[in-house]
Amino acid sequence: MSSITDPDTGSFRLSMLINDTRYRSLTFQAIAAVILALSFAYLGNNLIQNLRQAGLNISYDFLGAPSGYDINQTLIEYDSRSTHSRAAIVGILNTLLVAFLACLTATIFGVLAGVLRLSNNWLVSKLMAFYVEIFRNIPVLIWIIIIFTIMTAVMPAPRAFRGDEPEATMLFGAFAFTNRGIYIPAPVWGPGSIVVVLTFIASIVGIFVYRRHATKTLYETGRLLPTFWPSVALLFIPVILMQLILGRPVGLDYPVLGGFNFSGGLQIGAPLIALWFALSIYTGAFIAENVRAGIQAVSKGQTEAAGALGLRPGRIMSLVVLPQALRVIIPPLISQYLNITKNSSLAIAVGYADVTATLGGITLNQTGRAIECVLLLMLFYLTISLTISAVMNVYNNSVKLKER
Amino acid sequence: MKTSVFFGALTVAGMAAGMASAATLDDVKARGQLNCGVSTGLVGFAAPDSNGVWEGFDVAVCRAVAAAVFGDPTAVEFVPLTTKTRFTALSAGEVDMLARNTTWTFSRDVDLKLEFVGVNYYDGQGFMVPRDLGVSSAKELDGATVCIQTGTTTELNLADFFRTNNISYEPVPIETNAEAQQQYLAGACDVYTTDASALAATRASFETPADHILLPEIVSKEPLGPLVRHGDNEWGDIVRWTLNALVTAEELGVTSANVEELAAAATDNPEVNRLLGTEGELGAMLGLEADWAKNVIAAGGNYGELFETNIGESTPIGLARGLNAQWTEGGLIYSPPFR
Repeated sequence: MSSITDPDTGSFRLSMLINDTRYRSLTFQAIAAVILALSFAYLGNNLIQNLRQAGLNISYDFLGAPSGYDINQTLIEYDSRSTHSRAAIVGILNTLLVAFLACLTATIFGVLAGVLRLSNNWLVSKLMAFYVEIFRNIPVLIWIIIIFTIMTAVMPAPRAFRGDEPEATMLFGAFAFTNRGIYIPAPVWGPGSIVVVLTFIASIVGIFVYRRHATKTLYETGRLLPTFWPSVALLFIPVILMQLILGRPVGLDYPVLGGFNFSGGLQIGAPLIALWFALSIYTGAFIAENVRAGIQAVSKGQTEAAGALGLRPGRIMSLVVLPQALRVIIPPLISQYLNITKNSSLAIAVGYADVTATLGGITLNQTGRAIECVLLLMLFYLTISLTISAVMNVYNNSVKLKER
Repeated sequence: MKTSVFFGALTVAGMAAGMASAATLDDVKARGQLNCGVSTGLVGFAAPDSNGVWEGFDVAVCRAVAAAVFGDPTAVEFVPLTTKTRFTALSAGEVDMLARNTTWTFSRDVDLKLEFVGVNYYDGQGFMVPRDLGVSSAKELDGATVCIQTGTTTELNLADFFRTNNISYEPVPIETNAEAQQQYLAGACDVYTTDASALAATRASFETPADHILLPEIVSKEPLGPLVRHGDNEWGDIVRWTLNALVTAEELGVTSANVEELAAAATDNPEVNRLLGTEGELGAMLGLEADWAKNVIAAGGNYGELFETNIGESTPIGLARGLNAQWTEGGLIYSPPFR
């Protein structure tokens, strides 16, 4: 501040609140805060009075009452005698599932498309530009509906698999692609399978340890150990060996067409696939732009310097450019993850039972408790968004430019 | 999330609006038209024709109320509402009444503070399946995938039916009848369940209706009727007695063909005279013109005529009168007397 005021000479006068630059901003902030608080109080009071006049009240008792409806995708035990709160939890888990899956695949799509868009190959870069512009500029709800409609219209119904000469057949006798979803074999955990699972976990830990060792070797001796093939070998060989030694404790349950639908196996419902895929490619297009911006923020000299040292393009990208680009990419990426989580509430368009569909849809409609349900929904999305934000900020702090 | 907050805000804002105007009749008169909530499209009950004019059995109730208030059955703004948005729209004052194949239930009447003014169609929940599925009873539907309109009583009945019969199913929640139809025809669900009348109406719009059968089980009572907001009894009376006028007219043999003649001068039948305003003050008691009921009947005919032209056996929907015959014919349709 360049304006210089006299040192405090006299006593404090009320007019200084407006005229004195030391206090003016505080005064206006205080006024704004009071107005804001008053307007919220007015709205809240209005709501309560109107509710009272209508003979309604705010009550969360309905959460303990039986819900009375069924849900098509439940990650936990649930039936129509369960409570509304359990239905809400089923919905929350479904929301988290699709958000997690979509964040994962959107990141993969986004990084690939972002890197490829900067490719020197004209066709590849133009294709990626096409992808980004098409998906970024059409609302995600439309993509969800397009993908779902294509799935239900193009894929065969389960009844097409029936008969001696069916119109559709299962892939390898194990995978069935229908307009109700994809049926895949499900693992069956026989006796001794715990050993196989533990082996698998140990393998993953082993991969991390090995990679750390490889990095350390590189930094200390400058010798580059291969990482890709040892990682793959570590992931598969111990598990397969253990499975054979113990006499195949982990079996597979194949889906079989019986009655109306396929039974057995694992069903990945069409709504989940449509929502997951639509969110992934839509948000992936945004992430691609973040990645492109991040890469372009890294000075070209870095690439040239790395090239002068004899590094191959792939290594330049993964060892020199991307680590520096990350600090530009991560902050907007947090927003994209939040967007995915919030956009997953469009699930109702395809009948996916997320929390907006259960708590904010059926429960709200059956109980008529609109305000209570919407408040709970707001609380849920707020909590989730803040959590994602917090976790991603921790990661951001770990990759951001360290000034020493 | 965005939509939820929007609906929440809408509810809050709408409740303020709804409460501020208890005298719905004055609002309707000042506006010059009736806002009537109808289905988003169910042939026979409420659907726009090729010229975009709404027609159907539920639509006729809206037109009758407009005729009672304005003497003009076209003074209606039709607001298509999904099963999810209908009650909020009514509570919020977005519409003055709902005529939207809505089931009269305890909790809607008592807990949601809505007022059902009567029943214009006695229905029950049924099941439709493709003929080639080879199913002849709903009890054979173990493991089936069922399309269901979400937020409806049918959703709850379905869960109860399958649970009490100890068979399983997979629900596919759908927002509108049109979506359900598309999913069902694509084979994404084996069964479509909703009120039997709506199933008949939906099937009638299929290319080959004969390929689909309605299963014999009717698993619930679904009295469908128009409803208004709780707390404005004068307005509730107008809608209630408009519906009753339609029913009474059929009982007394007053039709769209003879109503002008009967209303021209007092007849031998005092109840006809009271109904048509040539005797007594019934119209004034409702705050309407003396010839209100004449306009109601002239708008599209009496209850029986509306039934026959919109959903009766001569229409593609082909519903028999059944329970919806007059009480004198062994049905349940019964109006309190006009006196």
